[in-house]
Amino acid sequence: MGKRIFALMIKEFLALLKDRKGRLVLIVPPMIQLVVFGYAATFDLKRVPYAVYSEDRGHASRDLLAAFKGSSSFALKAQLNDESRIAGLVESRQVLMVIRIGRNFSSDLLSGKPAAIQIIADGRNSNTAMLVVNYAGTIVKAFNSDWAAKHGSAIPVHIETRSWFNPNLESRWFFIPGIVGLLTLLVTVLVTALSVAREREQGTFDQLLVTPLSPIEILIGKALPGFLIGVGEATVVTLAAVLWFKVPLLGSILALYIGILLFLLSAVGMGLMISSIAVTQQQGLLGAFFFMVPAIILSGFATPIRNMPSIVQDITLVNPLRYFLVVLRGVFLQGTPFRLLLPELWPLALIGVISLATARWLFRNRMY
Amino acid sequence: MSMRLNGLIRKEFIQIIRDPSSIAIAFLMPLVLLMLFGYGVSLDSEHIPLGIVTESNSADASDFTASFHASRYFKTSHFSDTRGAVDAMMSGSISAVIVLRQDFSKQLRQPGGSPVQLLLNGVDENTARIISGYVDGSLQSWLEHASAARGLPLELPVKVEQRIWFNSELRSRNFLVPGLIAVIMTLIGALLTALVMAREWERGTMEALLVTPLSMSEVILGKLIPYFLLGMGGLALSVAMALWLFHVPLRGSLWVLFACSALFLITALGMGLLISSVAKNQFIAGQVAIIGTFLPAFILSGFIFDIDSMPGIVRLITHVIAARYYVAILQTVFLVGDEWSVILPNAGALVLLAAVFLGLTWKNTRKRLE
Repeated sequence: MGKRIFALMIKEFLALLKDRKGRLVLIVPPMIQLVVFGYAATFDLKRVPYAVYSEDRGHASRDLLAAFKGSSSFALKAQLNDESRIAGLVESRQVLMVIRIGRNFSSDLLSGKPAAIQIIADGRNSNTAMLVVNYAGTIVKAFNSDWAAKHGSAIPVHIETRSWFNPNLESRWFFIPGIVGLLTLLVTVLVTALSVAREREQGTFDQLLVTPLSPIEILIGKALPGFLIGVGEATVVTLAAVLWFKVPLLGSILALYIGILLFLLSAVGMGLMISSIAVTQQQGLLGAFFFMVPAIILSGFATPIRNMPSIVQDITLVNPLRYFLVVLRGVFLQGTPFRLLLPELWPLALIGVISLATARWLFRNRMY
Repeated sequence: MSMRLNGLIRKEFIQIIRDPSSIAIAFLMPLVLLMLFGYGVSLDSEHIPLGIVTESNSADASDFTASFHASRYFKTSHFSDTRGAVDAMMSGSISAVIVLRQDFSKQLRQPGGSPVQLLLNGVDENTARIISGYVDGSLQSWLEHASAARGLPLELPVKVEQRIWFNSELRSRNFLVPGLIAVIMTLIGALLTALVMAREWERGTMEALLVTPLSMSEVILGKLIPYFLLGMGGLALSVAMALWLFHVPLRGSLWVLFACSALFLITALGMGLLISSVAKNQFIAGQVAIIGTFLPAFILSGFIFDIDSMPGIVRLITHVIAARYYVAILQTVFLVGDEWSVILPNAGALVLLAAVFLGLTWKNTRKRLE
């Protein structure tokens, strides 16, 4: 039995790797995705275009505006003398933010009255708008504590912020461990989902059925290549994350690979389920898509699960990627000890076993 | 010519109806994606689990923490020491910790004031930044409250008043749903068309088409027209859901929205045709369509991530991504209005890209076998 499965595996690998385009598809798209996600998927703001409308000519407002000008997060686009130009600039998207300073700003500040500035932000992308306001708030906060120190005014509480596990709050550190999970899922599911559909479409599946291979042997022969390719994919992306993007890998490699192996059980199981239902490659691709898009969106890859409505949060409990991402980020950034990862690992194992069993059942029933 | 074209279009429609997966891409996909994004994805953080460590209980400390209990942004829980709170942060049950030291009350009355520590779990840095902003907000409201109660000038020297235009309640749905329409249209236009053309080549039915009197431009038109109609159907469904299910405001006019969408759809169909004229195999065409069109529509279009903040070379690449121009139009037409200074240049770019893609397809597709 082992020899037959091995022969089928060799055949699968040959079918995948035989032509140049097929090989490229396994290597090039994941690399492109890694680079694109690694460099473009970031919530760090840089060069936000802004304009200033200041009616105040005092030192204080000049100091405050200099702090904005000196920040790499903002890029000054226009200094307005006319209030009516604000609306036009924002509406036509030339600037994302306008700082408005009233006539009495400096004199209020000197006389100890609270001085106000107005920050106008383009809310078309509300997340960016919120970040713009937060970045501006940080600059004003620094200005405030400077001013309080110099003029002896009393702010009874000051907040010292420390970010653990990611001291400079780099977006890349958050996204790249997630990409390890994303790409492993993508490649494994695609390879396994299309392997049977392709044979059905080309009619070679019937040939496979008349060989001495039993259905379970065919299933294993189809599953193992996906498994091996998944492990390879995860390894390559992990190496790229550490060596190229310099994301720290603090936890144990062993914990990481236990996570990868358990996760692959579900990914391969899912791919085979799609495979056994799809009759054409278009259906296989579509099935893979219909599984992967929700799996990625409802995994906490880009937006926190906590923000979702509670019924959607319950749905995410069956999503293997959800647990895998916690393991990945824990192992990479937090160096989470193995015992704290157990609550994530056992659901992964459970989902994996269930999906493989379902795939086997579907396979037997849809075979003939 | 028109009779031949008619025949081809009819054949295409019959094929669409027979294989349900095309209809699924055009109608089920928008439905599923919009439901997922409309209900599942939200960047509006509320009830963030926040741990509060008070090393000693005092009236000042509980007065200070009251502003966090009252905030709708936080769900607070108390810890008696920092160790336990940090463990909870590592396991993910809380996202941030506020530490009030033993001598909080005493230092509060001294000239330098009392430091309060805010420990953030920086793994999810976007949430971390948002929490930091909310904590500042709570601090400001505590200061105002305290200064009113004690008659002391405790206020911050400079206060920030924020005005968010076009989306004052900061509903992330309002920008996610319009942006998603660009992703859906890309899927219908590029992925579906690429697969359909590649299928004809793979199954050998393209050869059958080639021996008919149809010219190549008729073959291309025969493919474009049915999928254009399918795409516009998907669009109508998406817009209806955006307006009536998710209550996204439409401040511009409907005809501008549909005209620009038709323009984008032609560009997307052009991309799909171009891909399939190069990759004549469904697996490869599907992969190329996902990498070349779907992913950029998501990541490089300004739909979620700000384009100006990307590194220089990535910003250059975004200029050839059609979805970038369409997302700008969609967000403006939905949330701002018919703002021609945004619509015209972006629509112009779409026309240019459509011409390039269709032109390249024309050049690439010869009526012959290889």
